[in-house]
Amino acid sequence: MCLAVPGQVKEIYGENGMQMGRVNFGGIVKEVCLAYLPEIAVGEYVVVHVGFAINKLDEAAAMKSIRTFKDLGLFEEEFGELGAFESS
Amino acid sequence: MKYQEEFRNSGAVQRLLAEIRETVTRPWSLMEVCGGQTHSILRNGLDQLLPKEIRLIHGPGCPVCVTPLVAIDRALAIAARPGVIFCSFGDMLRVPGSDKDLFRIKSEGGDVRIVYSPLDAVKIARENPGREVVFFAIGFETTAPANAMAIEVARQQSIRNFSALVSHVLVPPAIEAILSSPATRVNAFLAAGHVCSVMGTWEYPPLAEKYHVPIVVTGFEPYDLLAGILACVRQLERGEARVENAYERAVSEQGNLPAQALLSRVFTTIDRAWRGIGVIPRSGWALSDAYRDFDAEHRFSVGGIVANESPLCHSGEVLQGLLKPNQCPAFGKQCTPRTPLGATMVSNEGACSAYYNYGRLIAAEELLCSAK
Repeated sequence: MCLAVPGQVKEIYGENGMQMGRVNFGGIVKEVCLAYLPEIAVGEYVVVHVGFAINKLDEAAAMKSIRTFKDLGLFEEEFGELGAFESS
Repeated sequence: MKYQEEFRNSGAVQRLLAEIRETVTRPWSLMEVCGGQTHSILRNGLDQLLPKEIRLIHGPGCPVCVTPLVAIDRALAIAARPGVIFCSFGDMLRVPGSDKDLFRIKSEGGDVRIVYSPLDAVKIARENPGREVVFFAIGFETTAPANAMAIEVARQQSIRNFSALVSHVLVPPAIEAILSSPATRVNAFLAAGHVCSVMGTWEYPPLAEKYHVPIVVTGFEPYDLLAGILACVRQLERGEARVENAYERAVSEQGNLPAQALLSRVFTTIDRAWRGIGVIPRSGWALSDAYRDFDAEHRFSVGGIVANESPLCHSGEVLQGLLKPNQCPAFGKQCTPRTPLGATMVSNEGACSAYYNYGRLIAAEELLCSAK
């Protein structure tokens, strides 16, 4: 549960007054709370922990991290056990 | 394992390792605080790539491992009640309480559900207005903003059947407890990157100064860890003791201010007992008075439950870096991931489980002897 994973914001919307979004983690798309990054925009990269974006990443750093996460199979490890993710 | 091989042979890794080798002149013990870092170190074999002068000590930063036994027993008591839906992060389900775990409660008919996000628990409460829904809110500063938001959403939307059993722990007081112990062997700390993403780095300079110890904010990927280790060794060799940020892409000095603002409203700082370690002053967060209506401990009157830890389990010494997991007499014998005596053997991020799963079955000293 300690893992925080990098992903790209694909969509931002409000839900019950809270900023939410859809984030692509190396092909796995999940709903994420964006309330703690009020200035985030579609296309930007974030680090997500238990469904919450906790900080922004610049593109170059994010691409490098995402590649490492893919190589190590960490996205599957983080989301796979729930079996509830949607593939993009 | 193909990646591991490529990783070991990659130019960047070889360069970092060469620089560490060139810099180090004497033995140093570094503690990585975070269980996620412990996991990454063992998975990628970093402990075996580093020069022998550098000893990595695995710290208490696995939230599942340090959640006190009494909190688990309280969770079990609540989860066993008829009508309750008990929601938890998946890694908590196999953590042993005094006589069972959440999986056992589930197999005995309790409604125990794994959630990925704390907001999922709020959603379950909204969809089941006739049931009491309790979320087990554990974790370090990284997880606290998510848990705080779930509680805040329940308050704003008046979801009265939602409550949280809160047992949060904090990193800086744990670092201070380790440094102030006369038994400590730690020369420098790799501070947990994502804790600092939330909290920033401003809490650490007083510790670095008071105990004259380098504290380097470090990420979780193999290169990040080697970069953090190199920064620690450079400072140690020069006699410096500063806070340094080796994870700048994800950590700023101030941290995430909106998150810190909600945390200070929802939680209040308390003394917290850490499993295997004991009470560390001002090292935990509990719900503040304004959120008492959402406190499961209060709602289900489980505050009176007390617990005593197993004398067979040495996880406390492991968590403080006084004992390597494979130096514990029970390691791999009475205690395995299938039959864990303590939480450090349960969680993926627990040092004992990482040692078991990545084949560090013999203590390093014995390995050295057998190599001679």
